[in-house]
Amino acid sequence: MHEIVVERLGGRAIAGRSHVGVVASGNLEVLCEPAAAPRTRITVRTTVNGFDAIWRAVLERFLERHAVAADIEVNDFGATPAMVTLRLEQALEAADA
Amino acid sequence: MNSVRTPVSFAEATPRERLRALVDDFVEFLDPFARVSSPHLAAHGLVAQRDDGVVVGRGRLAGSTVGAVAIDGRFLGGSIGEVGGAKIAATLEAAPGGALIAFDTGGIRLQEANLGILAIAEICDAIVALRARAPVVAVIAGRVGCYGGMSLAASLCSHIVMTEGARLGLNGPDVVEQEAGPDEMDARDRPAIWRLTGGARRVAQGHADALAPDDCAALAMAVRAAFGALSQHLERLSTTRLRASFDAALGGEP
Repeated sequence: MHEIVVERLGGRAIAGRSHVGVVASGNLEVLCEPAAAPRTRITVRTTVNGFDAIWRAVLERFLERHAVAADIEVNDFGATPAMVTLRLEQALEAADA
Repeated sequence: MNSVRTPVSFAEATPRERLRALVDDFVEFLDPFARVSSPHLAAHGLVAQRDDGVVVGRGRLAGSTVGAVAIDGRFLGGSIGEVGGAKIAATLEAAPGGALIAFDTGGIRLQEANLGILAIAEICDAIVALRARAPVVAVIAGRVGCYGGMSLAASLCSHIVMTEGARLGLNGPDVVEQEAGPDEMDARDRPAIWRLTGGARRVAQGHADALAPDDCAALAMAVRAAFGALSQHLERLSTTRLRASFDAALGGEP
């Protein structure tokens, strides 16, 4: 079990919360909620070790594209970077819907 | 929350979409944000899913408020552990007017061993207690099917609706092949597996009650019909009704 936390200050509030995905092979679960503070914190729990640099690159890019104030929890089961990006985008879209 | 679009295929729908398709006004208890998840999986190097692979709540079905349960076959094979099992048992115990259970499970979660067995025993207990006074309808229409200890739970339900693509059995094909050898069962022979444990076979054998196509609306119709008929049946058997019949037969005032 491995945890990665990425944080970025500033950003607009999101409308609500969302839950997308599933903890299954090559997939991930994302829980997205409005944050009390003006920052986004993404907490990743994964069983796959040794990919911290790629995780950080994927999460940083997502945070660059979306300046929001959200608490995002990611429960991963070996998802590819593309899958992670799609799920994060989906979670944010659903939270803002 | 997930999309509220109702897909046509039940097997392709998420557990929440399945419950929204089968009951009206579904309200979830202990949603993923309650973060009631398994404390046992981290020790096995597994990441827990926030709903422990079980969605529970209530909804309306043929005029009754029912407990609604859907097992997520995608998370660890829909296995039942301590937390998910307790969610199901508690929902059934609290259900006022019957229950609907959408099974998609390989049975007990081996990582949680005895706690999983205990949870399944509690689920079976709750089904038996509830079905005496209200219908408990099972839907087996997912990709995993219904195996192991949870096949016992399904078989205790008042009524089972299956699709042709779904399977119901005690030991899964891989387990049978491993324990009894490939001569007994070839787990790669999918047509043979469906001939033995598929929905059409189970309905023909009387192990399941109704066959429906893999379509949300069709399954919802089958569930509503079964629930309505069983409610009427239980109503006819109710103590007050039976006492009134006795009194009438004896010529007394009901």
